[in-house]
Amino acid sequence: MSSTTSTATATTVRTSTTRIEERITLKQGGGGRAMRALIEDVFVRDLPPLSVPGRGLDAMDDGAALWLGDRWLIVTTDSHVVHPIFFPGGDIGRLAVSGTVNDLAMMGATEPLALTCSVILEEGFSRADLERIQASIRETCREAGAPIVTGDTKVMGKGEIDGIVLNTTGLGLTDRVVPDSGLQPGDRILVTGTIGDHGMAILAARHGLNLEGELRSDVAPINGLIRTALAAAGDAIAAMKDPTRGGLSSALHEMAVKSGVGILLEELAVPVSQAVRAASELVGIDPLLIANEGKAVLGVRPEAAGRTLAALRSHPLGREARIIGACIAERPGNVILDTGLGRRLLAEPEGELLPRIC
Amino acid sequence: MDSASPQAATVTGSTGLDDAIRQLKFRDPSLARGLAETIARVTREIGRSPVSVMHVCGSHEQAIAKFGLRATFPAELNVIMGPGCPVCITDTPEVDEGVALARQGIVVASYGDMIRVPGTRRSLADAQAEGARVEVVYSAAQAVDLARRLPAEQVVFFATGFETTAVATAAILRSNPPENFSVLSAHKYIPPVMEIVAEMPETRVEGFLAAGHAATITGWGIFEGFVERHGIPVVVAGFEPLDILAGLARLVELVRDRAPRVVNMFPRCVTKEGNRKAQAELWSVFRPLGGRWRGIAHVPNGNLRLREEWAHRDARKRFRIDLTALWDEAPAGLAQQCICGDIMSGISSPSDCDLFGKECVPDTPVGACMVSSEGTCKIWHQYGGLPDLRGAL
Repeated sequence: MSSTTSTATATTVRTSTTRIEERITLKQGGGGRAMRALIEDVFVRDLPPLSVPGRGLDAMDDGAALWLGDRWLIVTTDSHVVHPIFFPGGDIGRLAVSGTVNDLAMMGATEPLALTCSVILEEGFSRADLERIQASIRETCREAGAPIVTGDTKVMGKGEIDGIVLNTTGLGLTDRVVPDSGLQPGDRILVTGTIGDHGMAILAARHGLNLEGELRSDVAPINGLIRTALAAAGDAIAAMKDPTRGGLSSALHEMAVKSGVGILLEELAVPVSQAVRAASELVGIDPLLIANEGKAVLGVRPEAAGRTLAALRSHPLGREARIIGACIAERPGNVILDTGLGRRLLAEPEGELLPRIC
Repeated sequence: MDSASPQAATVTGSTGLDDAIRQLKFRDPSLARGLAETIARVTREIGRSPVSVMHVCGSHEQAIAKFGLRATFPAELNVIMGPGCPVCITDTPEVDEGVALARQGIVVASYGDMIRVPGTRRSLADAQAEGARVEVVYSAAQAVDLARRLPAEQVVFFATGFETTAVATAAILRSNPPENFSVLSAHKYIPPVMEIVAEMPETRVEGFLAAGHAATITGWGIFEGFVERHGIPVVVAGFEPLDILAGLARLVELVRDRAPRVVNMFPRCVTKEGNRKAQAELWSVFRPLGGRWRGIAHVPNGNLRLREEWAHRDARKRFRIDLTALWDEAPAGLAQQCICGDIMSGISSPSDCDLFGKECVPDTPVGACMVSSEGTCKIWHQYGGLPDLRGAL
């Protein structure tokens, strides 16, 4: 669980004379500390017990794990809102399927059993756009080997919702649940490829930075890539997480806090494409804080780091995999960034750098 | 040290991209290690502890914090951020003036950070929440565009920033803006405050790292008189990590050698004379005037106010601003515990403040240093907060 001590979740809008009622803010959807605090304080409280042994919402992992007697059933769900709905490298349909398939994979279930897909549409939404999104969903499902087995459609009045919202739920089976809390001092931290591509592509598309040609979202189902790594290293893969909202920083902080270790991150080892690096200099947003939709962070026992890296690089989606850091006993829950020029603590992103990104 | 302006706002082409890539060559780790070793060796040769030097620029602090440079400084070296954040040193009555104008129905345009800085009773954001028209702009030119779009309104640009941004305000005033445009100047001038800080007994600054971009305009020659008066060396430095490390290495050498003089370590941009045309524009529009810098002191000649010839553009002359009702107000509860002033004078650091990272965070700032992207507290918070990683993991 998180070490967050904050009790006040919703930000209080303060004026000099009055205190206004608490409201939900965008920051609480940002994937960082504020969102975890909101979930813990509102949703996790007083949950009924699980019907079978397993790990439920209170584990705050990528999904739930339910013990079926011989294997684990992994269940995960995700709602998707992104603006724009079509962006360089993908669209909301590809994002929805990839997000759910990847959450299953992060728990160890790399062969999805089934997906559900619900769509809420705004009156007046373009039928051609809807069909284009559906084609993208179909294509991504084929890529991931994930069948959609049921769904739901709603239409809301003009102005009651912004365009389209997709929700996908995923089911998968696995013999071993990979938690995001299994790190020990000495473990190596690996990332499966370049960082920051999705968030920066969205930002560029949204604000008309003239870099669209070079900036493409990495959105992709990576269950096949993870399967390859697990086949090579098995139990030596101690923890996995997909660095989506809040980016690599948020993922590493969560793993460090839950595992009770410190993480020493080598900034110069983190793969970042030239276009993302340049764009991040321009707009002043650190690639470490930007969302990814086709990457994973792995914590691996030191003796297995080399063969895990080799396995990742043998897969088309893992060519740029790198070892980017190591776990240490000092400073549990903190991420220390070695910039190559010095060292500092990496701050955990608190707010939403970019709203409605995934 | 420039006033806050999100760089993202005006990015349009790939020229910026090329520039961004070019800057990366000032981040070579092996050169940085060599410079860090020089700084450590020279500081130890001085044989005293602490040796305190000060920079006066939010951009310097940004780079020091972002790249974790403090972790490479020797324990004996204390690198302090002085009053280098224009938003932070804007005094409460100046904010109150902006708020009073907004509440009279005048459209007030200012930089984003400025909107959230607390006044005596209200910030501009509070005034906006109560119905006043307050607009965020990224430049003086955008404020003029706003005035053109709103010909039936009076638009006041609440202008903050040091001499670098004051030059932009001056140029805009000289470009014949529409009649309904005026300026509420809270611009500040850095050289006089260095005199004040140099004399503060608590700080004992032994050397200054001066901001390269301000010196681009003023020229490095402006610091010669200061060095003569105070016997303290000044090194002009740029903003990439290697610029700062090289500047600090030179500065501790000058301290060690007891050789107070001005050294320009940013020659790719800064000359001795500076930009004469920009200086002429600046002083044709502004005159220096003494005034309080929030949390620091009364600074003789530290404020830049519009000259008499520009009275027709001066919001203080064109409109009636009555603040008497606020004279007896005490600062709000938490604000009394805020130590921004001590932090900006180099007497304390954010880690000495009980509010830092607890009650005072960027979303609910107590002091201006947590509002501005150039404030020490905001910068420390953004880049991981307090812990000094020197000598420990």
